[in-house]
Amino acid sequence: MKRLLTLLFCLCTFAGFAAEPTERGEKEEAFNPGEMILHHIGDSHEWHWFSTDNNEFTSYLPIIAYRPGKGLSVFSSKRLIKGAEETENPAATAKTTEESEGPVYEGLRLHHEELVSTDGSPVYDLSITKNIAALFGSSLLMLVLFRYIAGNYVKNQGRAPKGVQSFFEPIIVFIRDEVAKKSIGPKYERYMPYLLTLFFFVWFNNLLGLTPGAANLTGNISITFTLAILTLVITLFSANKTYWQHIFATPGVPKLLLPIMIPVELIGAFLVKPASLTIRLFANITAGHIVILSFIALIFIFKSPAVAPISLAFGLFISVLELLVAILQAYIFTLLTAMYIGGAVEEHHHDEEHSLDMRTGHADSVIPSPTAH
Amino acid sequence: MLLSLLLQIANATGLAVFGAAIGAGLVALGAGLGIGRIGGQAMEAIGRQPEASGKIQTAMLIVAALIEGLALFAVVVCLLISFKL
Repeated sequence: MKRLLTLLFCLCTFAGFAAEPTERGEKEEAFNPGEMILHHIGDSHEWHWFSTDNNEFTSYLPIIAYRPGKGLSVFSSKRLIKGAEETENPAATAKTTEESEGPVYEGLRLHHEELVSTDGSPVYDLSITKNIAALFGSSLLMLVLFRYIAGNYVKNQGRAPKGVQSFFEPIIVFIRDEVAKKSIGPKYERYMPYLLTLFFFVWFNNLLGLTPGAANLTGNISITFTLAILTLVITLFSANKTYWQHIFATPGVPKLLLPIMIPVELIGAFLVKPASLTIRLFANITAGHIVILSFIALIFIFKSPAVAPISLAFGLFISVLELLVAILQAYIFTLLTAMYIGGAVEEHHHDEEHSLDMRTGHADSVIPSPTAH
Repeated sequence: MLLSLLLQIANATGLAVFGAAIGAGLVALGAGLGIGRIGGQAMEAIGRQPEASGKIQTAMLIVAALIEGLALFAVVVCLLISFKL
């Protein structure tokens, strides 16, 4: 088992620095590192696994486009990728208006990975892109994995866990004890499913994004934005009166400052918190990918294999750092979500803590009442 | 002489991209200072009380991630400028 894992690790480390795809045209274009990097971290309508000298292995994902007035169009993205259908249908590819724009099919065209219609009408792009296919894949992986673990818990009741179950149990217990119980308090069980799903979703997708030929899912700002909005919605729906009181009538604030405090608190709760969650995860993961890709691009900029050892060494170091960042960002996202939810469900007990004893000027001091002996 | 070289570069690629590059460097500086300070204080605290090293390490990582989040806000802005979005 250990040898198998070592072999797998060596293969992934080797193949992770995948070669550039062979140019479709005959002419040699100058290497544009910015374009290569953006192409690798961005979304795409095809899933390009890898290329060898003579072949390319690409999965052409379906394009699903809705145009008001023309209805739904569903077809393979092979028809819109330049050069993918050269030998099959010369008549269709002859419709190209410019060489660089790509073939047109049913009045639709891919303009820099964006679906546009040739007559300028609005197009709603509902396609299964690379990120969405990766989302399905990783969701399936999580479903299968955690159903298996849950089944193991039912089967092995009263016995010690083994195998996959024993790997995930400390992590799940850590989330329950250190993150949920500490931040949310006694009502933590209601939120455990969401927190666990969030943690493992972010962690698995961060890790999967580092593998060769993978889709950069958590580096897609739409995905992280959705997660942040989910956190916001759960926080708002589980907020009790104390929470709204803290926003609209922050205790300890003199009345004159309230016109400033209320907008600040509202912006903090509704805008800054989801935005910071979104940007933090998106930027961390994307920046890591950009750094690794930049080191690879160095080899092509200098056009010499002598740069390769340095490039590989730095790239390896950054990749190991990215492994840490993967789990750290998942933990931070989950921890902050738990803290926001905890802030929302907190019970009203602050007044005794923050009260200032007006007789002595000490906070929370124990003053014997005159009637006590 | 260095100043005239910088001005030449700024003129060539455009002042906005030049500003974005300087901004990103400054952000890296700020984040490095912040996280370095946190790390230093964490080391001191662990040296002072080795039994609490687990808690200190956890807290240090959390704060480092928050500071890094802030730094990446600024990096995203610089990237947006340099890709003219």
